Amino acid sequence: MDIHEAYALLNQTAEQLSTRFQQVPGSAILLRYVKSSYQNDPVRSIVELGLFLFAVRYLLAPRYSTHKSKAADLTEEEIDELVEDWTPEPLVAPPSEFEAAENEKRPIIIGPTGPKVKLSTGRTVSNYASYNFFNFVANEMLKERAIQVLRNYGVGACGPPNFYGTQDVHMDAERDIAKFLGMPACIVYAQAFSTISSVIPAFSKRGDIIVADKAVNFSIQKGLEISRSTIRWYEHNNMEDLERVLEKVNKEMAKKALTRRFIVTEGLFENTGDMVDLPKVIELKQRFKYRLILDETNSFGILGRSGRGITEHQNVDPLSVDMLVGSLSHSICAGGGFCTGSPEIVEHQRISGSAYVFSAALPAMLAVTASETIKLLEGNPDLLTSLRENVKVFRAQMEKSEYVRCTSAQDNPICLYVLRKEIIAEKGIKEEDRVMADIVDECLANGVLVARVKTVPEPPANGHSKPFGWQNEPAFKVCVTIGHSKKEVEKAGGVVRQAVGKVVGRLKKENRFLS
Amino acid sequence: MPRNPFSSSSVTAPIPIEAPRRPSSSRNTAAKVAQFFSSSPKTAYSLSPHTTASASLLATQEQNNARTFSPSVSLPTISLSTATADKLSDTPTMLFSPPSPEAARKLARQHAQFGPLGHASHKFVSQHPKGAPVEDPVEDEPPYYYLLTTYISYIVLILFGHVRDFFGKRFKEHNYKHLKDQNGYAALNSDFDNFYIRRLKMRISDCFARPFTGVPGRFITLLDRVSDDFNLTFKLTGTQTEALNMSSYNYLGFAQSEGPCADAVEDSIRRYGMSAASSRVDAGTLDIHADVEKLVADFVGKPSAMIFSMGYGTNSTAFSALVSKGCLLISDELNHASIRFGARLSGAVIGMFKHNDMGDLERLLREQISQGQPRTHRPWKKILVVVEGLYSMEGTMCNLPGLLELKHIYKFNLFIDEAHSIGALGPKGRGVCDYFGVDTSEVDILMGTLTKSFGANGGYIAAEKHVIDKLRTAHAGSVYGESPAPPVLMQISSSLRIIAGDLAPGQGEERLQRLAFNSRYLRLGLKRLGFIIYGQDDSPIIPLMLYNPAKIPAFSHEMLRRKIAIVVVGYPATPLVSSRARFCVSAAHTKDDLDRLLAACDEVGDILQLKFSSGIAGGAIPLLPGVTREDEKELKKRGIVQPPRWPLEEVLKRGVKDVQSPLR
Ligand SMILES: Cc1ncc(COP(=O)(O)O)c(C=O)c1O
Repeated sequence: MDIHEAYALLNQTAEQLSTRFQQVPGSAILLRYVKSSYQNDPVRSIVELGLFLFAVRYLLAPRYSTHKSKAADLTEEEIDELVEDWTPEPLVAPPSEFEAAENEKRPIIIGPTGPKVKLSTGRTVSNYASYNFFNFVANEMLKERAIQVLRNYGVGACGPPNFYGTQDVHMDAERDIAKFLGMPACIVYAQAFSTISSVIPAFSKRGDIIVADKAVNFSIQKGLEISRSTIRWYEHNNMEDLERVLEKVNKEMAKKALTRRFIVTEGLFENTGDMVDLPKVIELKQRFKYRLILDETNSFGILGRSGRGITEHQNVDPLSVDMLVGSLSHSICAGGGFCTGSPEIVEHQRISGSAYVFSAALPAMLAVTASETIKLLEGNPDLLTSLRENVKVFRAQMEKSEYVRCTSAQDNPICLYVLRKEIIAEKGIKEEDRVMADIVDECLANGVLVARVKTVPEPPANGHSKPFGWQNEPAFKVCVTIGHSKKEVEKAGGVVRQAVGKVVGRLKKENRFLS
Repeated sequence: MPRNPFSSSSVTAPIPIEAPRRPSSSRNTAAKVAQFFSSSPKTAYSLSPHTTASASLLATQEQNNARTFSPSVSLPTISLSTATADKLSDTPTMLFSPPSPEAARKLARQHAQFGPLGHASHKFVSQHPKGAPVEDPVEDEPPYYYLLTTYISYIVLILFGHVRDFFGKRFKEHNYKHLKDQNGYAALNSDFDNFYIRRLKMRISDCFARPFTGVPGRFITLLDRVSDDFNLTFKLTGTQTEALNMSSYNYLGFAQSEGPCADAVEDSIRRYGMSAASSRVDAGTLDIHADVEKLVADFVGKPSAMIFSMGYGTNSTAFSALVSKGCLLISDELNHASIRFGARLSGAVIGMFKHNDMGDLERLLREQISQGQPRTHRPWKKILVVVEGLYSMEGTMCNLPGLLELKHIYKFNLFIDEAHSIGALGPKGRGVCDYFGVDTSEVDILMGTLTKSFGANGGYIAAEKHVIDKLRTAHAGSVYGESPAPPVLMQISSSLRIIAGDLAPGQGEERLQRLAFNSRYLRLGLKRLGFIIYGQDDSPIIPLMLYNPAKIPAFSHEMLRRKIAIVVVGYPATPLVSSRARFCVSAAHTKDDLDRLLAACDEVGDILQLKFSSGIAGGAIPLLPGVTREDEKELKKRGIVQPPRWPLEEVLKRGVKDVQSPLR
């Protein structure tokens, strides 16, 4: 009974409402729209109504409402006072003693770089700190070619590649590099350092997944950071861990929509000097359907029978690497960096590679130098064999050192040396950087220029892209080149070993004195 | 006849020029103007029947630098500039025997890279008038009709794009393969992100990345290309087009393969080779690096400077070394991508203010300083305001006096990216500080690139010594990045020395003053023709507004047909509706080049209906006798302005003289 009454009342009001509604102009149209969109699906109409209400609310909501609500209300005078009171920190902190010393001691070379260099101190020393592995810097043919280019192209391209910055020599260089590597296409950036930090965010966006080696270099880290992708780290060069991480991601993502997924690693690692197990990475990448971004900055022009890099060295089809990034300013001694891959990958970067789109093209003469140098490398595989022999000689000398060990791969001409763990423990060494700096000084005092591996101080709380638990071991690096004869290399090896011995040996004394 | 705009004032003299153009006069102009597009001097020298005349002139010019030859041999039929300026070239003297064809060719080649000065009056000093307030350039707007059609055009384009996608995805599936998930790999490009590129940009791809060969100087040698798959790929045809280059950032004309710079660079290649083969901190610092750093520091007026191999890379890691968590970085909304990249990496909170709007900046500063950091309300550790000296898409300069005024009150640090302004602004070419007559010590950090005015490559940061010392250890670009190449450094060093007057005395000054003249001349001319032009009068970046998307390729093609290479930009580099063409003026251009450009714009502007300025932004007809600038301002305030639509002849006739006084 009650229910019936209520029902009648409801009907009545509904009818009244509907007549009122029909009197409103335009209601017929609205009704028709609602009817047609209803299509026997009440849920749909409710959703649409919800959307409509949301849209209205969104449009009416004041801007920055969330922001405003938290702000304290202040009068103009109060603000003036606060402004008056505010004292900012100085723009940069005063330099630490160590930094000041670094600036003081930075070598300045008078004249060209080469196997032997004259320093601003007046001394001539053997140079084991530059990437002039094949002494291309002194190559007269390359110089003549560069001058020819200068006389036809001037120096700068005076514009970004997309706005009249692309010269024919850039296209030639791109073609030459692609052909050399056996890749279908290539894009040249104006600076190697900026290349990979631009390549990564061009492809990997928010929501995408990147699995990266913990030891990747600074440039890659910045690329990962900018991409805003989800980043998972695996233990350095540990293929089992990589597999574990990939499996874990697979599980997590099983129910979610497919996103782009990338593995990022290096050929020869900049931070550790060792080599990736590329066949294994490729196998995993194919199994788990990831794309591979491989940084060959330090391995291009170094590894392989003719310098084609890690793919040649480990007999991997370069086509199985999706984005192969390399440098033209390291072993090639020209300038710029490149990324090779499928035409689709390359063309995409021409529109979305930030450092490509928003920066001037590489100077023509450097592009031509790159092309020519690659031809030189291709035609002279013995360059690489002699380099490897020199590296072997040097490393044999250093093997004998009881204090340091080499973390670099066998064929890497950049030999990184770190203190042996037991020595650090035994001597209670805290400031390894300082020890390294002392070793470098000692080598220089004995006529051999080597370099401490330097890092940029990372702001402490800027670490979401930083791998947890990874710390570069402080190291010094020795770049072996073919500009030195075997004898010279052997001698230099001896000098460095003795310098290490002297510096670390001295520590022992001091420590004993203390205890 | 239009109504006399000044009729409200007491003077009733007739208007000196007829504002609307009658068709007959315009046809007449067109016929005359057609001669402009005949060819550039390179071909002119070999083909033109006037070879002997021109050759003799070349000889004259070699002897007498004050009176230089105008390179377009076919020009003398029209008197282009003030009568005095062109009298001489109308009557070629035959006193000197023609130089050998070899010498003529060489000179032609030189002039194709850097045009000779047409007349001593074609110079101006780029400087903000002392004590004058900095006025924001007036931004004109087109009639609503154009905005409406612009929106409609985009809607049509988008609709068509979707229709084509709809059918394409059904009937030409292979074309869409890369946008779909494939055997377990997600698409590299999402369908949605790619839509704009696929359906809008692809249509006009041929206007971008046009390849060229040789020097991007006064002229540029484009490599012709065709596409038979609707701009997906291009094939070079093997032919070349030599076009007037209004696109390169070659402000001071240092893109040259000859002359003192190139000679110095050649020597440096022989001495240093092509690379320093290391990073700056390891063993990549040669004496030439130290020299150039010193030169740059002296040039920009800071105690210390450091250089990098890429301007983009200079910015992209600079901010991490300066600010971090707990700091606030305030950036102009139109700052360059490299600044945004660097700012994001720094970990600082980023604030933005409206382009060049000092009021908005002050509002933001007051709000941020009084509120402190978000949530904790702790005071900010420091605030870094980042602006550009000259904005590459707008042609506007930062309001440096305004910024410094705020800086004194709000104690922030100021970082100016002088990528485009260094070399291009100021009586000595030393950037915005020079232009506004401000002491450089007031600006904390002056950053710039060496890619533009100096025809080289790379970037620099100049600041107090202790700041630079810190950056040397903390700026990733110097720790990990490759060291700049010696020949590039030599280009920087020699061009800097030329500008400063230490090398080839007089040349640097001439370049600076020609650039300033050219910038003003072209800007004034375009405004008088009736185009909407953005930017300050002295800025060498001159954007001409196109609005409608269809006009982007149309303008580019029409200009290319007239052998002029220009840059067109649209969304996303600019807001959706304000697509534009951009001219980059160079000291290498002669007045005749600019006249040729003006003539081309005049024609194309009529064809494409681009002349829709309202007159509020300048280009007004000459003042009547008795009317002062104050009167005019008053009228303007009351909204009485007449849209400028000068006939080309008048623009060319009066330009040189009018450039010298404040533009209106
Ligand atoms: C404001 C600004 N900063 C930095 C850059 C980057 O300079 P570069 O081309 O030398 O990498 C540019 C170049 O377009 C720029 O406009």
